[in-house]
Amino acid sequence: MPEDAALTLAEEPQGSGAAPAPAPSPTHETLLYIDGVSVSFDGFKALNNLSLVVEAGELRTIIGPNGAGKTTMMDVVTGKTRPDHGAVSFNGDIDLTKLDEVAIARLGIGRKFQRPTVFEKLSVWENLDLAIKDRRGVFHVLFSRLKAEQRRRIEEILEVIGLADRRHEAAGLLSHGQKQWLEIGMLLIQDPQLLLLDEPVAGMTDKETERTAELILDIARQHTVIVVEHDMAFVRDLGAKTTVLHEGSVLAEGTVEAVQNHPRVIEVYLGR
Amino acid sequence: MGPITSRLATMMTPKGWAALAAALLVFAVVLPVLNLAVPPGSPFHLPDFAVSLIGKYLCFAMLALALDLIWGFAGALSLGHGAFFALGGYCMGMYLMRQIGERGVYGHPTLPDFMVFLDWDELPWYWYGFDNFGFAMLMVMLVPGLLALIFGWLAFRSRISGVYFSIITQAMTFALMLAFFRNEMGFGGNNGLTDFKDILGFTIQSQQTRVGLMIASAVALALALLVCLFVVTSKLGRVLVAVRDAENRVRFLGYSVTHAKLLVFVLSAVLAGIAGALYVPQVGIINPGEFSPANSIEVAVWVAVGGRGTLLGPILGAVSVNAAESYFTGFAPDLWLFVLGGLFITVTLFLPQGILGLLRGLRDRLRGTARTPVAETAGHA
Ligand SMILES: Nc1ncnc2c1ncn2[C@@H]1O[C@H](COP(=O)(O)OP(=O)(O)OP(=O)(O)O)[C@@H](O)[C@H]1O
Ligand SMILES: [Mg+2]
Repeated sequence: MPEDAALTLAEEPQGSGAAPAPAPSPTHETLLYIDGVSVSFDGFKALNNLSLVVEAGELRTIIGPNGAGKTTMMDVVTGKTRPDHGAVSFNGDIDLTKLDEVAIARLGIGRKFQRPTVFEKLSVWENLDLAIKDRRGVFHVLFSRLKAEQRRRIEEILEVIGLADRRHEAAGLLSHGQKQWLEIGMLLIQDPQLLLLDEPVAGMTDKETERTAELILDIARQHTVIVVEHDMAFVRDLGAKTTVLHEGSVLAEGTVEAVQNHPRVIEVYLGR
Repeated sequence: MGPITSRLATMMTPKGWAALAAALLVFAVVLPVLNLAVPPGSPFHLPDFAVSLIGKYLCFAMLALALDLIWGFAGALSLGHGAFFALGGYCMGMYLMRQIGERGVYGHPTLPDFMVFLDWDELPWYWYGFDNFGFAMLMVMLVPGLLALIFGWLAFRSRISGVYFSIITQAMTFALMLAFFRNEMGFGGNNGLTDFKDILGFTIQSQQTRVGLMIASAVALALALLVCLFVVTSKLGRVLVAVRDAENRVRFLGYSVTHAKLLVFVLSAVLAGIAGALYVPQVGIINPGEFSPANSIEVAVWVAVGGRGTLLGPILGAVSVNAAESYFTGFAPDLWLFVLGGLFITVTLFLPQGILGLLRGLRDRLRGTARTPVAETAGHA
């Protein structure tokens, strides 16, 4: 993992305006490369020349004030929103801006939404069954049946997310935190190359948050993960390289400690 | 259990399979015997008109079942299913026309009467092949299926759903109706296709043929029900429930919502086409009136009344609404439309799960087991 730089911050003097972090360049280890992406809604720039590089195998946390563009960044990566400018590439040369949500999901990019969205009418088991890594073609789905090994995998995940005894219940009946876990479980079982988690611990108790941190650290051992969170205790628990977004671009990037002590970050985000 | 038997077990409970077998026995064996073998004087005799009526109802039931697959399970309310039914009917009608041969009024060896009347001197190319039963049956499925494929692809790809989908399907059936009214189309204009003589060599008017058609309709309905059950109990069935729940989320899992809806829409159109093909020889005519937008709306009423998203409910709905219609038009034809409208409003307001929901509720109450209906596969939009 690239724990090379303790501080790759844009070392700017305090109050010198929004000088962007130096645009990073991709290496052969790069999994996700976002370059100069801008998105505007009715003239308002939700993303403003955003550049971000995530290495394969990396765990990255992204923080930033409300409206900084964190969710919009995920929308761009997963094909929900098309950027006005800029490039987004995956795994070297796959241009994500040309693909739709379905194609991007099939490439191996999984996403957990800010508002937990499990399929409420289906049972916990069925939610996992839908997410399980398998061919997604409509005829395959019509004729396929769960293999024994897939059943075992669902059982395993049920244990991991602590929902084994609620497997037959409709997902709509779960508590908020349990829905978040189910959604993480669905991502896990999808086994994507890149996982995008938008505020996975929002609305969780401290204990649930701790467990979730362990879960994510565990997932990050075998996957590339990007986590968006506001909960700084949780971000510290993850202890990963952290990017601060502000007004649609990168304000700072580095270790959690470095970022937390950065004067501009304190000013626009943490110090509020 | 082998893989096939275990798959069949997921489709229905053993009781369900037994009920289906019993129903088939009644419609394909008992009723035919009561009609053909029991003498007319006996109280057990089934009158001829009842055979025609039941045969017709079975076709309507299949049409309602087809609509339930796309509306009840994929959440897309097609108000153009009458068009698929009519297209299947026209394909069958074309076969039946070609069977008339020289027995037409004008005695032309190949041209149907209405073409001779229009001074045409050769068969249009799209009538080729319809003298062959196998080809005609292929077209019965292919024509509605292809129309649904093209139309559905355009609609679902553009993410047209909800009321917009209903409106454009109404427009589709309306446009087809206008087209089929035109004499130049070559489908008999507003008279449609009629005066059929025989089907597969059997005289179409004979009681044996009528009974045969009723049996065929019952078997087709049973097979259609099994196909629908197979779909809704498959993983695709769960994808469809998920689509109704949170369509966008399904896309981020990598499932193509367009493909899922399209498959179900095409399958549903094919089933509607087969129903139409079985209907036409039993009523002896197919004309552009079958494309009328009101017809398609009525099918949606059958489904809603019977219980949307239950497969069995729409079958009950089609039969009971049509039985009520036959009854009312007997003594108060003017009242029927009000009754139909009132029925629809009552069901929408008070019986969201239709007749079937009501029956299941009663059964559970009688047993004293208050099972939650949430567990049913049926969902609401
Ligand atoms: N579809 C949209 N139409 C109009 N404005 C939008 C749309 N999506 C996002 N925005 C705006 O873009 C800005 C960035 O939103 P985004 O959701 O990316 O922020 P965020 O960093 O995820 O914030 P939060 O921490 O509150 O989730 C906000 O001001 C938001 O109002
Ligand atoms: Mg957000």
